[in-house]
Amino acid sequence: MKICVCVKQVPDSWAEKKLTATDSTLDRAAADRVVNELDEYAVEEALRIVEAGEGEVTILSMGPDEAADSVRKAISMGAHAGIHISDPALHGSDALATSLVLAKALEGRGFDLIIFGSESTDARMSVVPAMVAARLGLPQMTFANKVEVSGSNLTIHRVTDYGYDEVQSSLPAVVSVVEKTNEPRYPSFKNIMAAKKAPMETLSLADIGLDAASVGLANAWSEVKDFAERPAKAKGTVITDEGNGAEKIEEFLVTQKFI
Amino acid sequence: MAEVLVLIEHSEGSVKKVSLELLAMAAGIGEPSAVFVGPGADAALATLGDHGAKTVYVADGQAFLDHVVVPTVDVLVKLVSEKSPAAVLIPSSADGKEVAGRLAVAIDSGVITDAVAVSSDVVATQNVFGGATIVHSKVSKGTPVITVRTNSIAPVQSGGTANRVDVAVEVSAAASATKVVNRVSVQKSGRPDLSEAAIVVSGGRGVGSDEGFASVIEPLADSLGAAVGASRAATDAGWYPHQFQVGQTGKTVSPQLYVANGISGAIQHRAGMQTSKTVVVVNKDIDAPIFDLADFGVVGDLHSVVPDLTARVNARK
Ligand SMILES: Cc1cc2nc3c(=O)[nH]c(=O)nc-3n(C[C@H](O)[C@H](O)[C@H](O)COP(=O)(O)OP(=O)(O)OC[C@H]3O[C@@H](n4cnc5c(N)ncnc54)[C@H](O)[C@@H]3O)c2cc1C
Ligand SMILES: Nc1ncnc2c1ncn2[C@@H]1O[C@H](COP(=O)(O)O)[C@@H](O)[C@H]1O
Repeated sequence: MKICVCVKQVPDSWAEKKLTATDSTLDRAAADRVVNELDEYAVEEALRIVEAGEGEVTILSMGPDEAADSVRKAISMGAHAGIHISDPALHGSDALATSLVLAKALEGRGFDLIIFGSESTDARMSVVPAMVAARLGLPQMTFANKVEVSGSNLTIHRVTDYGYDEVQSSLPAVVSVVEKTNEPRYPSFKNIMAAKKAPMETLSLADIGLDAASVGLANAWSEVKDFAERPAKAKGTVITDEGNGAEKIEEFLVTQKFI
Repeated sequence: MAEVLVLIEHSEGSVKKVSLELLAMAAGIGEPSAVFVGPGADAALATLGDHGAKTVYVADGQAFLDHVVVPTVDVLVKLVSEKSPAAVLIPSSADGKEVAGRLAVAIDSGVITDAVAVSSDVVATQNVFGGATIVHSKVSKGTPVITVRTNSIAPVQSGGTANRVDVAVEVSAAASATKVVNRVSVQKSGRPDLSEAAIVVSGGRGVGSDEGFASVIEPLADSLGAAVGASRAATDAGWYPHQFQVGQTGKTVSPQLYVANGISGAIQHRAGMQTSKTVVVVNKDIDAPIFDLADFGVVGDLHSVVPDLTARVNARK
């Protein structure tokens, strides 16, 4: 079983995120960079699948030079190898470009399963896994909170508004997982050391056969026209309950016409 | 006037409020056309016409029950190529975003997600980074594909009627690659839908137990005609079903009123409720970050404050 997990390097969830004034792209220098939290669940799921049988897990990320750290970090959970797509021309790429690059990088490598997190905490689009599935012509098995591989068959529980759908496909397939699937492990000391020596391919756009004119900010399928900080919300009223807390909320709800 | 396609979200013909909101938004851009996939179009036709749809494209068949996402995309791809619409508006649900993503790839067009407004020249407004930054963006290649959040605009009743046009569907290989073998529903509560509700009453770890949800949170919700939400701490503990989780990895809600009880306000929770119009907080820790969002907050024990409030709201009826 050959599994690839796509991980994105994102600004720390707790940090204040900003756009760059000059080109309206994410200001990546403004915050610590981490592995997208949800992608850790994807790595964990991949590791559990190979540990229950056999196989190898490769980490794939597209991003600036520093994203290599996130690939190593993900490998240190117990994966075997990494692929990092880095090219100055990629700056400002949108979801269409990202999915194009990931699909190109994945093509022809013979992965049985390609696993994603269900959402990046910065872009919050939840579209890249579906887009990659579409581009590769593979079954889209997304929003899984349960993943079961048996031979060349795959079954997931796809979370829905009403509960879940049990969905089946054959392998190879594209999966995305939600945070209910598992509990990601912490990297062990042994795996942290092993990750330092794990094989890592660093590829440019030319290496994966893409032209700079198909990606990046200037060629994006959508553009930011302008942005502004939202005016800070006026500070509300906070009182300490002295037996009158409910009465005070009631008064507030009345003045706001909720009751 | 160019058509604007609106993908209708419904459950067996009962149209979700967000679909009617999107029809109102479409009317500001061009001529609204509804796209209704799956069973139940007959029941929905009058409502859609009454809310501004001039045409309802109907695609029905087993494909929509057997497969996920892709059959809907196939219908939209066909309609986009035939009608050259000014834009395609899709609800910002999990399914909706995936439909939008695949559609954008198929027609080689840009996609914008989580818009809260779309102007007549198809500039979308988004609140990003938990609502801290307002962004205006535009699709620069192809037909704009835009997903829109619930509660972004009020539905408008026009009193019109819609013209039904049936669309034939062929099941593509991509669609049949996945097969739904079982649908599992959690029990319906009879309360308003969480993502659509005007008022949401939420509980977190401070609620303490599933019993706490049943005896403290649900009664307040019912007194206000509200939906019930929960933090991840509460859903992970099994006190309330996962479907009701609000936040980064749960539902994004934007109600008129959000009442947070025993919730600390972690960044992942705030990501799902930060754009609520009014926020009321009950928490015993004065330093809980959720108080930063409060329009009105009470530092106190929810187990005494909330039942008292419920009784007061009920007494006013
Ligand atoms: C990848 C990822 C995704 C996540 N997604 C989500 C998400 O979608 N939604 C989400 O909510 N969280 C999410 N989280 C979890 C989030 O980080 C927090 O752990 C969670 O929101 C905490 O829930 P809480 O506020 O109920 O609990 P706590 O942080 O433990 O806060 C409980 C609060 O209750 C108060 N309290 C206790 N007893 C009482 C009482 N008797 N009366 C009044 N107040 C009381 C306490 O003072 C405290 O402030 C995610 C985390 C990760 C890593
Ligand atoms: N630059 C990237 N490199 C690798 N994987 C990515 C990248 N961007 C997005 N992904 C994957 O796609 C998922 C969804 O991202 P998004 O559609 O941006 O919310 C993430 O959880 C990642 O698994």
